[in-house]
Amino acid sequence: MNTIIEFKSIVKTYDMGGAEEVLALRGINLTIDRNEYVAIMGPSGSGKSTLMNIIGCLDTPTSGLYQFNGLNVSEMNDNELAKIRNKEIGFVFQTFNLLARSDSLHNVELPLIYAGVPAAERRRRAKETLGQVGLGDRTHHKPNELSGGQRQRVAVARALVTRPSIILADEPTGNLDSRTGEEIMMLFEELHRMGNTIILVTHEADIAEHAHRTVRLRDGMIESDEPVKKRKTYAAAKVS
Amino acid sequence: MHILTELKEGLAIAFRAIRANKLRSVLTTLGIVIGIVSVTLMATGIEGIDRAFNKSAAAFGTDVMYVEKWPWISMDDWATMRNRPDMKIQYAAAIERQVPLIDAVAPVMTSFSRRRVSYGDRSTENVLITGTTSDYVQASGNSELEGRFFSPEESSGGRPVCVLGATIAENLFVRGDPIGKTIRVAGRPYTVLGVFEKQGGMFGEFTSDTRIYIPISAFQNQFGMHQYLTINVRVIDRSKAEDAKLEIEGVMRKARNLAPGKPNDFSINQQEILTEFFSKQTLIIAIIGMFITSLSLFVGGIGIMNIMFVSVTERTKEIGIRKAIGAKRRAILMQFLLESASLCLIGGLIGLLVAFPLSLIVDQVLPTSMPMSIVGIAILISLVVGIISGFLPAYRAAKMDPVEALRYE
Repeated sequence: MNTIIEFKSIVKTYDMGGAEEVLALRGINLTIDRNEYVAIMGPSGSGKSTLMNIIGCLDTPTSGLYQFNGLNVSEMNDNELAKIRNKEIGFVFQTFNLLARSDSLHNVELPLIYAGVPAAERRRRAKETLGQVGLGDRTHHKPNELSGGQRQRVAVARALVTRPSIILADEPTGNLDSRTGEEIMMLFEELHRMGNTIILVTHEADIAEHAHRTVRLRDGMIESDEPVKKRKTYAAAKVS
Repeated sequence: MHILTELKEGLAIAFRAIRANKLRSVLTTLGIVIGIVSVTLMATGIEGIDRAFNKSAAAFGTDVMYVEKWPWISMDDWATMRNRPDMKIQYAAAIERQVPLIDAVAPVMTSFSRRRVSYGDRSTENVLITGTTSDYVQASGNSELEGRFFSPEESSGGRPVCVLGATIAENLFVRGDPIGKTIRVAGRPYTVLGVFEKQGGMFGEFTSDTRIYIPISAFQNQFGMHQYLTINVRVIDRSKAEDAKLEIEGVMRKARNLAPGKPNDFSINQQEILTEFFSKQTLIIAIIGMFITSLSLFVGGIGIMNIMFVSVTERTKEIGIRKAIGAKRRAILMQFLLESASLCLIGGLIGLLVAFPLSLIVDQVLPTSMPMSIVGIAILISLVVGIISGFLPAYRAAKMDPVEALRYE
């Protein structure tokens, strides 16, 4: 079974109080397979954040069927969703969302703590993953002692450490300068080459060009879903 | 496994959060510190009252019964008891003859009015004169004395000899040994044979300290027959005290010719009556005292709850991150419960550290010490306060929507 994510007429409405309702998603059908590299694009208000929240199991659809690895996510309760997020999804946020008071190592260990991995193994895996993103020598630095690019690498390591089924990145380069942004995109490309499934939510066309497939949203519906013709690649991409 | 890992993480977060907000933590904890200090000191005080009472009550002897006209503590009608006939000295002999379970019996007669006692140019007013027999020492269990008590011959012969209570001896004989000296009791000369050791306690009047003991026949000769009479009865075996009491009751009813069904027209008093009555009183004091002091603990708890709400709001983003990464509700709930419980526990421990020297000050006024049990109870209470006052904020944190929490700035 190669399909990881399957959306069948997913609808999401927000109750804005009174009789007013906002239709954020109006029937989305979408399938994403293992080891795909998909960019989800759209202007603000198009529903791409809502879509991302539902894909990431942070939120549930109002109606429709969402199957993740064959599991019916749309009917799961809070704790089951938390478990899916913990084991199957690695989040990378625009604002990094690291714990300010914790060092890199602890930030990367965090998902393993909630997975109940014993301390020694947790440490080993967190160190290994930090090494993988090129921060093997920054394990005891707190976020404010790291550059933006380094912080995002810590966040990527945190996303990777549980070996999730998908990596869900929301504007991962939004808070970085273009050179550092490129570095992060190189990292994603390398991760994709290693077999990871990557879903990239962005509104920047040149960032989306790193992906293999682009899904465009407009007004809560899929406007287009096509492979990227002119892919940007880093032939020499190499994770340090 | 899971829960242990989460617990460890929760504790680490709690201490990091407390350290990050030192001043705030100290101020919040102060409420708990004050609460624990007041509860602990109140318990120490109550312990002191209890001890003082038990020490005083011990003077009455646990194995001595006092047969007399009046009960020590009575809820009954005073008027009907006033009509009870007076006690008679013959009852003592009857009890001694007919009750096998007893060790010694002594009639003890006490003057209704207080008298003046003098030695040389020193005198003391307001002294209770007690007339009794040579069996008194044996029958009262009060044998701690310097010198000796009067002998059976001196007793039956009504010799002018006496034994002094400790306070009287202190007042009359500032220097020198009272034994062998002759004092004047309400005008008549008596030779001092011995002095009782100080009993102290809160029942000053009823202890030997302020009394003078003279042979009962000398007493009747000087003060007349109609004085207040108590018959002290000491049982051989304390465990058979109840049986002895029933037998004494039987002897007394027979001596009084009471028909079956009629109520006793005498009282058999025991130390237990006092202890029971008093422990009821201390219990009431304890409950009221504990209630009032626990109000301060309650206020402290509200302070903790308040600050935990602030802490949860401040860390909404962190909660969002943790949830996105896979923290379940339980993990978030535990994190904040542990934080408030740790805050309170630290407060409780500081409170105990503060209360201990203060209890030493209390000890100066009311001999007592901090009961060991209160240490455990204080720790338990602070934990419980922490968990209760942390619950609502922690619950709010636990059920936050991850999407909204992540969006929070």
